[in-house]
Amino acid sequence: MTAEAGKHRGIPWRKWVAAWSQRVSDLAIPFLAVFTALAIGAVVIWASGASVPKAYQGLFEGALGSPRGIAETLVIATPYTLAGLAVALGFRCGLFNIGAEGQFYLGALFAVWVGYSVKGLPIFVHLPLAILVGALGGALWGAIPGFLKARLGTHEVINTIMMNYIAVLMVDWLVNRKGPMWDSTSTVPRTPYILPTATLPQLVPPYRLHAGLLIAIAAVFVVYWLLWKTTLGFEIRAVGANPSAAKYAGMSVTRNFVLAMTFSGVLAGLAGAGEVLGLNRTLPAAFVSGYGFDSIAIALLAKSHPLFVPFAAILWAILRNGAGLMQIRAGISVDLISIVQALVIAFVAADEIIRWLYRIGKKEEIKEVVFTRGWGR
Amino acid sequence: MRLTRPKVLGITFLVLGILLSLYSAARIDPAQRTTLGVGTLGTRDVPAQASLVLIGLITSLSGILALFDRLRRALAPTLVTVALLDMLALMIWAARGSSVDLVGMLAASLRMATPIALGSLAGIWCERSGVINIGIEGMMLAAAAFGFAVNLYLSQWLGPRAIWIGLLAAVLTGGLMAFFHAVLSIRFKTDQIISGTAINILAVGASGFLRRAYLVKAYFVGEILPIVNVPLLADIPILGAIFFQNRPIVYMMLILVVLTNFILFFTAWGLRTRAVGEHPLAADTVGIDVFKTRYVNVVIGGLMAGLAGGWFSLETVGSFEDLMTGGKGFIALAAMIFGNWTPYGAFMGALLFGFAEALEIKLQILDAPIPHQFLTMVPYFATMVVLAGLIGRTVPPAADGRPYEKQ
Repeated sequence: MTAEAGKHRGIPWRKWVAAWSQRVSDLAIPFLAVFTALAIGAVVIWASGASVPKAYQGLFEGALGSPRGIAETLVIATPYTLAGLAVALGFRCGLFNIGAEGQFYLGALFAVWVGYSVKGLPIFVHLPLAILVGALGGALWGAIPGFLKARLGTHEVINTIMMNYIAVLMVDWLVNRKGPMWDSTSTVPRTPYILPTATLPQLVPPYRLHAGLLIAIAAVFVVYWLLWKTTLGFEIRAVGANPSAAKYAGMSVTRNFVLAMTFSGVLAGLAGAGEVLGLNRTLPAAFVSGYGFDSIAIALLAKSHPLFVPFAAILWAILRNGAGLMQIRAGISVDLISIVQALVIAFVAADEIIRWLYRIGKKEEIKEVVFTRGWGR
Repeated sequence: MRLTRPKVLGITFLVLGILLSLYSAARIDPAQRTTLGVGTLGTRDVPAQASLVLIGLITSLSGILALFDRLRRALAPTLVTVALLDMLALMIWAARGSSVDLVGMLAASLRMATPIALGSLAGIWCERSGVINIGIEGMMLAAAAFGFAVNLYLSQWLGPRAIWIGLLAAVLTGGLMAFFHAVLSIRFKTDQIISGTAINILAVGASGFLRRAYLVKAYFVGEILPIVNVPLLADIPILGAIFFQNRPIVYMMLILVVLTNFILFFTAWGLRTRAVGEHPLAADTVGIDVFKTRYVNVVIGGLMAGLAGGWFSLETVGSFEDLMTGGKGFIALAAMIFGNWTPYGAFMGALLFGFAEALEIKLQILDAPIPHQFLTMVPYFATMVVLAGLIGRTVPPAADGRPYEKQ
């Protein structure tokens, strides 16, 4: 065998190793980001005089230590998955949908309205109708900033933030005392309860886990199919990667912006609908949310890939769900989890920090997901 | 006839004016009067219906003026004056059968505008050098929390003087958060909007953690910064009561607006900053250190956001609540865009938002028949409308949001 042939044989092998080590290190970054954030969290716990093992043991036991804990983690992961998908889909089109929060509110509002006001329908009509109308509410709230971005070039970030506030205020007005949707028989400001025919059934009866989980799982595959198996998905990704190139290729950037934001709104709206139809069965004026920012984190952590979103959502749910027991065991405030989560976002978004910390080589390929471009002019 | 932007604006004014006149003529009791107070100068009763009909007519007339191309030059001042009149109309309407003090309202607007104006100055400093800062909200929140914490713990030894050190701590906290943003977006070239979002979440977590772990243990309602009357100027009628009988951060804000404008447009540093924000490569070619300029500007912006944070916990209430900045950081961004990235423009935008807020509080006190949530929504709607270019085009710095790669 000549030396030349040996050299030839060596090249594909080396290429293969390089490709795989690249892939492994890319995959390792989210894990390292979470690890680093938890490590910094440990320093904060230690600095405030609490026991680190107790705190983190409480965190994981609270989230995964019992059937109830696991069911609750999945309950929390359900809206996280849907809202995370919403943001991930936006990212794929080069849009930063910070408005998942408002779209979530609108979804909840529309769904609860159908849930309590439409009477006399059988469950197999009423429940899908409520879910559908909820999705529509989210779609509406997503389409407006999408349209404004596409037609007038105004940045979706500012518009979706403004629409978040408008959504919150609108819900507050509708549901609070003397509002049009206020249930006057109740002592706390909230809407009337939805009818049993609009309720998402429980999956494992003693626990709160509801059929919204199935919607979320279905949505994961639908978004994956949409993005990678349809022409529309290809266009959305093309516009996200390079709007001018997509335009020269004959695609309508306007149409794809509006459609991507609408689908994004549908997903966030479904998350809101699931929460009221499966869990609360009413929309209280003090509707706890914060999905807007959490969903961004989840989408970033999943690298905007729909199939990774549920895992990121479960991680986020573990952190949220375990925080309660962590507080009880170690006497450390649940807000620690927000710090950890913010650090995860920072590290995942700025993966160069992680690469620098752990000496992982920089990848040479062009970034596939282009996030945002200035104020969009 | 081409439907130009002034014409759209004119038609809007015309329709709004007619609606205002018709509504007032039909639905307001002619006997109702509004007492308008003008500070120490006394009060004046005006008939609510007649004044509103009159203002409605003036508004529609100004709208008709806007339809003539030849009157272009006089258009902007006319419409601004008329918009001010419409605000007066809003007050007359809200306070009919009761009284409203105009000077008090303006003073309250200035007070409410303070954190917004400071936040928008923070935005201008960052964005003029080409770094988008969507984390102003978080910088304010963290500054409010840490400034208050320092005040709380030092006041055991230093008494009321501690509040000044608290304020300094707030300012520095803002600067530190901004430095974090700068490192992420300049050194590590993170997407600047995501970096800002991370800062916002970090601030919510860190301030909530701080509050529950350290601040709630000690029940404490802190001192707030004292009212300082400026000698002589405070005695000027009307203007004195609006501008010169305030708490310190209001004065600092006014000075910083002027100072920012001066530095940005009349000094070498400002020229460099704008060059870096518009065309970093060209700036680099002539020897300006792009990275250094951006670092310094982002941190200066952060210091101002920190001062805005201090306004919440050290100048207004003397305590710290979760999420107490309540979205003012985002409104500040809107004011900055309103003002087309100029300090005076942003200040005007902030005043407008401040006025909306002062009016909202007044409406709640007067128990006006419209839900207060609607009035709270107005600034958000207004922002979207302004951004959409319905009132005028805004142009951000050309390199805003683009990380600079040294060639």
